[in-house]
Amino acid sequence: MNIAVSARDVTVIYEDFKALDSVSIAVEKGQSYGLVGESGSGKSTLLRAIAGLAPVFSGTLDVNGRTLKPRRRDKAFYRDVQMVFQDPYGSLHPRQTIDRLLQEPLAIHGIPDAEARIARALDEVGLGTGFRFRYSHQLSGGQRQRVAIARALIVEPSILLLDEPTSALDASVQAEVLNLLEQIRRDRGLTFLMVSHDLGVVTHMCDQLAVMRRGRVVEQLSASDLVEGRITADYTRNLMVASKGFVRTEA
Amino acid sequence: MSPLLTVEDLRVSFPTRIGLVEAVRGVTFSLGRERLGIVGESGSGKSQTGRAIMGLTPPHARITAKTLNFDGIDLLKASARQRRDLRGNRVAMILQDPKYSLNPVMTIGRQIVETLRTHRKIGASEAKERAIAMLEAVQIRDAARVFNLHPHEVSGGMGQRAMIAMMLIAEPELLIADEPTSALDVTVQLDVLGILDKLVSERGMGLIFVSHDLRLVSSFCDRVIVMYAGRIVEEIAAADLRNARHPYTQGLLSCMPDIGNDRHPLPVLDRKPEWAL
Repeated sequence: MNIAVSARDVTVIYEDFKALDSVSIAVEKGQSYGLVGESGSGKSTLLRAIAGLAPVFSGTLDVNGRTLKPRRRDKAFYRDVQMVFQDPYGSLHPRQTIDRLLQEPLAIHGIPDAEARIARALDEVGLGTGFRFRYSHQLSGGQRQRVAIARALIVEPSILLLDEPTSALDASVQAEVLNLLEQIRRDRGLTFLMVSHDLGVVTHMCDQLAVMRRGRVVEQLSASDLVEGRITADYTRNLMVASKGFVRTEA
Repeated sequence: MSPLLTVEDLRVSFPTRIGLVEAVRGVTFSLGRERLGIVGESGSGKSQTGRAIMGLTPPHARITAKTLNFDGIDLLKASARQRRDLRGNRVAMILQDPKYSLNPVMTIGRQIVETLRTHRKIGASEAKERAIAMLEAVQIRDAARVFNLHPHEVSGGMGQRAMIAMMLIAEPELLIADEPTSALDVTVQLDVLGILDKLVSERGMGLIFVSHDLRLVSSFCDRVIVMYAGRIVEEIAAADLRNARHPYTQGLLSCMPDIGNDRHPLPVLDRKPEWAL
């Protein structure tokens, strides 16, 4: 089985709002898969549905060949699938040191050897052990996002769910974090499922992508199709034009 | 023609526990009736520059400048009352996120009318007419309905248009837009920029466009100022941006992923300590 994550006809309903309307995608093992769309398109909801953070109304989700139950996820799932959130200011506990933050997932999963693992995790994300006993408010946005990545990696997952991991960062810091993510994926052979509103970021990071709008997948295509303009949906074309910057319509 | 705004050696500093922190360290530029972009990363002082011109610097901060002159008025010597008369009237500012910058308990229409009636002697019904006309000018369909809505009832793009309408109703001569489209989706972003562009060129305003997105700014503005650590490192015509000389500007341009230009890994900024000198 070489499909890491598959969603079939997944529908998510919040009260009377259909956030996802029978969405199907398949992510191969080791692949980097992108979800693009504007706010309200359901791209984050799909990610959250996989992580068990959104109420799945109907449809099936498979991760590494196992079908997930609608609500409950077992511990093994959370060891295998980790998530990095958009806002590095909101996703780290403000009153815990980095050391304490990184110890928690290890304690939950009963992983021994915390000391060495924390040092290694910080090293891997390019922070070094000097950051270990600091608080998150003492770090910059880029450094915080590195901590969030270290926290996700410390339990050695095979799948990483990335929800706009760089949209809160400056362009120059974004480049550093994207490079780090690519490096880690190469080293560990991870599967990425990445959400972004930025077509540039997604085509840079992902081999395959799905364009979403109003809870549906508008188009699925490979990054090279997109670059070479083999686009079928008008909406994707609009996104392409928009990502090129402002064009003045001279009178 | 003398410039609309002259800024010479502007400094903004904040007293903190660890001493005085200078957010803006000697910024000099002048602005005519043109579109000027100010670009930089967070902490580069770009927003504080805009706020100092607007007179919205927090009271505990210290502002000094050789010149801070708007159309012959010395902004540093102006009284609070004079500044208040200017703000929203001749100088206006668009903020980043309509979710936080609109009053949540007032209808959009009332907020626009309030701006207008603060600065113009005008009757209530005429003010309402002008507000609705302004909402139409920023391409809000069904403006009469939106006039009576509260900010939470409209989308982000619509809220930002309402904000622009509010800022333009008194017909300012200088508009400072601080990341006006960063909270919006790319497709909506272009609509809002299009509206802004049209209004600026039709009314002959001066525009200062503060943003972290160098590519967006260069496609929109005539001239770009690049800031780093509170200073201007480069000033360049937007059309010449490709030939930027300062390594920081070049770095900012090249570190963004570009569709159809595959570079792995992405070039990152190699920050030199001498840039901040």
